[in-house]
Amino acid sequence: MGMTITEKILASHAGKKEVKPGEFIEAKVDVVLGNDITTPVAIESFEAMGAQEVFDKEKVVIVPDHFTPNKDISSAEHCAKVRKFVREKGIKHYYEVGRMGIEHVLLPEQGLVAPGDVIIGADSHTCTYGALGAFSTGIGSTDMAAGMATGRVWIKVPESIKFIYHGKRNPWVGGKDFILYTIGKVGVEGARYQSMEISGEAIDELSMDDRFTMSNMAIEAGGKNGIIAPDQTTLDYVKGRVKRNYTCHQSDSDARYTRVIDIDVSQIRPQIAFPHSPGNTHPVDEAGHVLLDQVVIGSCTNGRIEDMRITAQILKGKQVHPYLRLIILPGSQDVVKQMIQEGIMETFIESGAAVSTPTCGACMGGHMGVLAKGEKSLSTTNRNFVGRMGHPESEIYLSGPAVAAASAIAGRIVHPKEVF
Amino acid sequence: MKGMAWKFDNNINTDLIIPARYLNVSDMSELAKHCMEDADPNFIHKIKAGDIVTAGYNFGCGSSREHAPSCMKAAGISCVIAKSFARIFYRNAINVGLPILESPEAVESINEGDTLEVILERGEIHNLTQKTIYTVSPFPPFLQSIINCGGLVPYIRKKVKEDG
Ligand code: SF4
Repeated sequence: MGMTITEKILASHAGKKEVKPGEFIEAKVDVVLGNDITTPVAIESFEAMGAQEVFDKEKVVIVPDHFTPNKDISSAEHCAKVRKFVREKGIKHYYEVGRMGIEHVLLPEQGLVAPGDVIIGADSHTCTYGALGAFSTGIGSTDMAAGMATGRVWIKVPESIKFIYHGKRNPWVGGKDFILYTIGKVGVEGARYQSMEISGEAIDELSMDDRFTMSNMAIEAGGKNGIIAPDQTTLDYVKGRVKRNYTCHQSDSDARYTRVIDIDVSQIRPQIAFPHSPGNTHPVDEAGHVLLDQVVIGSCTNGRIEDMRITAQILKGKQVHPYLRLIILPGSQDVVKQMIQEGIMETFIESGAAVSTPTCGACMGGHMGVLAKGEKSLSTTNRNFVGRMGHPESEIYLSGPAVAAASAIAGRIVHPKEVF
Repeated sequence: MKGMAWKFDNNINTDLIIPARYLNVSDMSELAKHCMEDADPNFIHKIKAGDIVTAGYNFGCGSSREHAPSCMKAAGISCVIAKSFARIFYRNAINVGLPILESPEAVESINEGDTLEVILERGEIHNLTQKTIYTVSPFPPFLQSIINCGGLVPYIRKKVKEDG
């Protein structure tokens, strides 16, 4: 019996020829990731474990991105703990404000994650790197501590679901629409404890940025990972970025799947997830009259350069609606640099958008765009849970960058063709 | 462990258990004050130490924040019984030593306010109000060994000692 790409990566990191779904293994990790929310808790566990040094100074990556630049004294104190740990342990891959990015945009861009890796991160959207053909999954702080101490993680080998995307996509439809549509179809626990294997001719045609967006939201369907087998697009992306050896795996043709789900992308129209679940998705043309107070474009889901290009394409020469604020959260310092070079920054500023330094900020109601009671925001982020962006009685709608940019101009949720 | 049952719905996410806006501190007793706040603002004032949370499917979905099971523990919740758990919450609960039990049947029958007694070693949920008993299947041996150690910290501590 053949193995899936996920099973192959896990077997190779557990020193086994073969693994089966349901089996518990201890796998070697290539990267252990933490941020400013989860690392302080991990440091406590690390010390309680009696560990002295991290297992490999090159394989621990720490990015303070949630409450940075520090928004108040508590978050500054919190980050100070992280900064002290980083210095004491000599962590090589640490990214400070001014050189950093939102972790899941930054790591692939800096070449820190590679095809065939096992990556654990104390952040649920660590599943993003599955787009490179790596096994990448979110874990908690104590797991992060154990990973830093031992270089290993316990994993239950997941069953796999194969998603095959066929056909040609429609204008203004991208990776975000594919994944929102998919979550709407399978539900927010449709892939619980399972691996989502994303494949098909429509995926072959997707850029890396769109693929990252899809893998990023595997967790919103309950998935353990969201993996895309490496192809030429992947290799072109990692070339010049990844400076170490890596292995490209593919699923065997006789690999086991619990389900195979076929999706015809020509049926997918730009998607909106209504409050308060990423699974509550509808095509934008069925959204009705939803007036907006705020639009947020960015985050680890849609904060990459292509997202910025699409946004600029729509905003160019137009103005953000007078009663609405458009907040743009670029994913990394490199994205910002690229935006300046391409004139995108100018377009944003001239259209009346506020552009932030890279930070999670508004995505989790931390700072930089918190919602008041009763306010409505359309956001290219990944979660529209109650209270996620501020007041528990505010409302969040999710979409891709094209719909978000168009809606920022219209002041209400619209299809991009209405303003473009 | 014995306590009163509090009922929650399906898909209770970690933002409802402990909103991200409070996570610029990691003192669990401080965070416990906001436990379940966005699902039920009065929850923390209503519960007593030892009480039990029951919920539907996919409890703890969303973020990887370990602050979720840890602040429930700090708030005095003795155990969570759900129809199913999201995977990161599941492993975090085991790692930090918050007892969790998966039993759709038990959850279906429990009413809010029922007095429950959970006998972990036997995997038994006794509904003392309704005079019923539900049994859950035991944890796989690997997880049981972490649980027996008292969580992942002591489990790794033992390993670090052995290797060192
Ligand atoms: S951008 Fe949002 S979802 Fe992504 S890591 Fe930051 S808080 Fe989490």
